[in-house]
Amino acid sequence: MEKKHYERPHIIKLEAGMPGKSGIRTEQAPTTHIDGMAVKELVKTYGSPLFVLSEQTIRSTYRKAFKAFSTRYPNVQFAWSYKTNYLSAVCNIFHQEGAWAEVVSGFEYDKAIANGVDPGKIIFNGPGKSREELIMATEKGSLIHIDHLDELYLLIEVAEKTSQKPRVSIRVNMDTGIYPMWDRFGFNYESGQAWDALNKIMHSGKLELMGLHTHIGTFIMTATAYAIAATKLADLARSLQQKFNHHLKYIDIGGGFASKNTLKGSYLPGSDTNPSFDEYAEAISSALINSHFSPGELPLLILETGRALVDEAGYIISSVIANKRLSSGRRATILDAGVNLLFTAFWYQHQVTVAQGVSQHREDTTLYGPLCMNIDCVRESVNLPMLNINDQVVIHHTGAYNVTQWMQFITLRPNVVLIDENGNAHVIRESETLESVTGGEKTPEHLIKLR
Amino acid sequence: MKIKHQIAISDTGFLFNPATGESFTVNPVGAEIINLLREGHTWQEIIDKITEMYSVERNSFEKDLHEFAGIMKMHQLLDKDE
Ligand SMILES: Cc1ncc(COP(=O)(O)O)c(C=O)c1O
Repeated sequence: MEKKHYERPHIIKLEAGMPGKSGIRTEQAPTTHIDGMAVKELVKTYGSPLFVLSEQTIRSTYRKAFKAFSTRYPNVQFAWSYKTNYLSAVCNIFHQEGAWAEVVSGFEYDKAIANGVDPGKIIFNGPGKSREELIMATEKGSLIHIDHLDELYLLIEVAEKTSQKPRVSIRVNMDTGIYPMWDRFGFNYESGQAWDALNKIMHSGKLELMGLHTHIGTFIMTATAYAIAATKLADLARSLQQKFNHHLKYIDIGGGFASKNTLKGSYLPGSDTNPSFDEYAEAISSALINSHFSPGELPLLILETGRALVDEAGYIISSVIANKRLSSGRRATILDAGVNLLFTAFWYQHQVTVAQGVSQHREDTTLYGPLCMNIDCVRESVNLPMLNINDQVVIHHTGAYNVTQWMQFITLRPNVVLIDENGNAHVIRESETLESVTGGEKTPEHLIKLR
Repeated sequence: MKIKHQIAISDTGFLFNPATGESFTVNPVGAEIINLLREGHTWQEIIDKITEMYSVERNSFEKDLHEFAGIMKMHQLLDKDE
């Protein structure tokens, strides 16, 4: 006779009252499959923990975002923010969909070139570009977004040295009502710094001023902040037209749209409260269309959306290593994936579901990772069914910033798998080996022998 | 280990302690254990029976049973002599 499915014995005292610290109870169905592939099979084949990305979700999210903007504005271009997820397979899905590349370092620049992106369609942002990188980007005709005056002067030197006109924009920071205001990047609008930098560029005659750029922050919960940003950039564009008869090719409004994740401390799930692509698109498009630009001269609108395009496409499958009771009587579960892989656990309450059928019995649980650090906590409190050792959980909305900000700390990084549109799995980054971590180490002769 | 004799448990895993007026829900394995306790089975017998019926290793069930007993004790569902 086949034995019955075992679930740890459990008893919960019934209490009438308010929802607890984990907020409203949302009874979630188990996630047994991702894009048609069984979670258990994925773990059997590729190990645990495991990163899984859905090609179908990436493409459908991109198309939704593109449609939201292109139905409201005549000329729209996305540039994939490499830092958000620069696995080549992921970048190339966005490039196939038509996105340019947005990079913030020489490393990312080289990666975009290696992926085959037309250098003229690479936007080079960031405060730390070196002289060599600026020379390379100038020679290849990429779009260089100037962050500070020292970079502006360096580019004038580069222009003289290479006898080429670097194609540039400036990054503008501004008050859009968002706190904290990101004023450490670019030139400030309100103080006149930005206008000053634009004058320097125009008077130098050595740089080709292509556009204006801003990135007002990340996970911006209000679409009106973007309307303010777009209006301020349009004002600068008008001043350039009036003073220099110079017409900009584009306005780049940066990234920062909220994904469907829930920020820590929020009471309601992000999927219910965060603005949609349509709301952001409406705010930005209206601001530009209602500005001084006449219909024929509306500049290209560039978007560097990162997390909102890829968060939902990513999952981490993780296995239960152990269960324990804390001294407070609270249940804690130790998973094989912690903040080393799930960097975003520091600011999101990631949705976690179980990967196998369960009864309706649930308990508030703290989910810890496998690291020997107190900060290694995946969820401080989540209402989950009873879990057995070697059961799996699925951590949702992990596609943004985790495969770029993950930490190698005390362990190796696992396989990353992409499920294609036909439901086939592909390893897009192999799990690390001891060699991949120690390969660059050199031990001096006198330290090779232990005695 | 002995469960307080006045404690009642329903088929659906609803447990009532008339001494304190508190009620609890218990999952199926938990309910099975409580019924075995009420029938007077010993610790070892409970382990034998549950591992026979359910797909679980002896060792890991024994650990879970310890913990379960701890929670029952915390909720004052066990007789004092333990
Ligand atoms: C210049 C720039 N563009 C785009 C992004 C992408 O932002 P997000 O992921 O919030 O959309 C960032 C993120 O830091 C950025 O610095």
